[in-house]
Amino acid sequence: MEILVCVKRVPDTSENEIHLNSAGSDIERDDLVYSINEPDNYAVEEALQITAKVGGSVSVATVGTDEDEEVLRREMAMGASHGVLISDDALNGCDGRGIAGILKAFVQKGNYDLILTGVQADDGAAQVGGMLAAMLDYPYASLVTSIELQPHKKLKISREIEGGNREISEIDLPCVLSIQTGINEPRYVGMRGIRAVASVPIPTMGATELGLSADTVGAGAAKVARVDYFVPTLGQGAEILHGSREENIDKVLELLEAKGGLR
Amino acid sequence: MSQLFAYIAHKNGAADDCALELAAAARKISPAVAPIAILSGFGSELDETCKSLSSAFSEIWKISNPELSYPNAELVRKALVKIVPANSIMVLAHDHFGMDLAPGLSIKLNAAFVSDVVDMEVIDPFSLKVVRQEFGGQISAHVRCDVSSGAVVTVRPGAFRANETAPVRGAIVEKTIEVGDLAAGRRYLETIEPEAGDVDITKHNILVSVGRGIQEQDNIHIAEELADVLGAAVSCSRPVVDAKWLPKSRQVGSSGKTVKPKLYLACGISGASQHLAGIKGGFLIAINKNPKAPIFQVADVGIVDDILEFLPELTNKVRETHAVSTK
Repeated sequence: MEILVCVKRVPDTSENEIHLNSAGSDIERDDLVYSINEPDNYAVEEALQITAKVGGSVSVATVGTDEDEEVLRREMAMGASHGVLISDDALNGCDGRGIAGILKAFVQKGNYDLILTGVQADDGAAQVGGMLAAMLDYPYASLVTSIELQPHKKLKISREIEGGNREISEIDLPCVLSIQTGINEPRYVGMRGIRAVASVPIPTMGATELGLSADTVGAGAAKVARVDYFVPTLGQGAEILHGSREENIDKVLELLEAKGGLR
Repeated sequence: MSQLFAYIAHKNGAADDCALELAAAARKISPAVAPIAILSGFGSELDETCKSLSSAFSEIWKISNPELSYPNAELVRKALVKIVPANSIMVLAHDHFGMDLAPGLSIKLNAAFVSDVVDMEVIDPFSLKVVRQEFGGQISAHVRCDVSSGAVVTVRPGAFRANETAPVRGAIVEKTIEVGDLAAGRRYLETIEPEAGDVDITKHNILVSVGRGIQEQDNIHIAEELADVLGAAVSCSRPVVDAKWLPKSRQVGSSGKTVKPKLYLACGISGASQHLAGIKGGFLIAINKNPKAPIFQVADVGIVDDILEFLPELTNKVRETHAVSTK
């Protein structure tokens, strides 16, 4: 089976405090730790487990800049056979639909049976997979938590729905699935693995090779654009305890007593 | 302004909890006009739900089809594309169903798409300015959305308050025949309920809830020891279940359990909206070493500290001061 996984390099929110830059136009990106978008990593692992069973190969692609090559290489160290960087100044300023349009053009250059994305990335939009599927007229399922191969070019999948329930469906190939975290246990990638793929060439594709123009997918075509960032004020905000650890523990004890936690 | 629609999910003859929130969100776009609700399904449960919504929506468009007995987003999308007029604005909930349906719907309607919206305002007849959260809720963004050729907007459940508006008497409009036959490359088979866990976290007054900040499985005992002296249960957020450090039955959130304890100690939990959706009340104390963690926006009391050091000291202090534990 030929599988494409669409991945993204993102600031690692578990490793970083995210601050605004002084203009509020972006987050402060100096000194941020970047990594593969976590659900994307699960998607690559799932793809590798499928091809280990039935053969085929796993390709990873990202839309970005030279800096994003590192996540392609990381996923190739996991076992993906091919990595492709889609990068072109003409594609800057895309909205989600623009990214999906670029990926559509890329998918049509290949011959994939299955296309995976992570369920969402750093912007939390959870949009590109579903858009890509609709553009390709492929069936789609989001929040996928298991994939079983079936005969006759079908998969049996489960989706995560409310209250811990799992929705089981059958889906025809080729299709697009967005993968939820926890679907598997992604393999460890060590320095040795990274070094092994350090010199593997990663081709770059631009707008011309994909037959795209900026007015169909770039900033000019974007219907959605970020105006600015700001620090949210949801709710009242916590009363932050600024005491020493010992004082804070005493305060928590008081609260536990007051709220019925200790008798 | 364009015609406003809200797609209303329903189950067992009752509209989704978000139905009136979606009406309120639509009214933010078009205050003067009650939106049109669209419901799909089959049988008496669909009819009941349609009737129940007539006071909040100007019309209720009903799509009745046995294929839609279960809301398969692929089929619902095809149904909607057949009946929703060009340039409409469609509002849906950003939940497991909305996430499944909305992105592809926006493509097929050739409409703008913006998701998980927590607030919005109309800038001019062709633009909306919405508020979204990024980076796990650490930062918010204003996003401008060109709605001149329509839009699909998913809103975060709980973000829009169902408001008091003069009741309308929306008529039920049959759209079944217009939709016609439906088929899709994805077919629903069954729903599997979660296995009952060893501990029912919904039955506890105090939850010691751990997140990614617990760092490794070998540290779970730190939370268990505190829970022991408090007579509490240990619950958790999604990353802990993903890593298989605790079973799914301990997960609090929209894809886990909904809990209403008296006291919730969020330990090393960042506070993703999906997690917060599972906490319905109670006093919330958050301990996290990241002062920017969104959990501090909603907690009652916050402590910026490392749980791996703070919790054991708290446990010792409880043992010292409350020698006979509450168990």
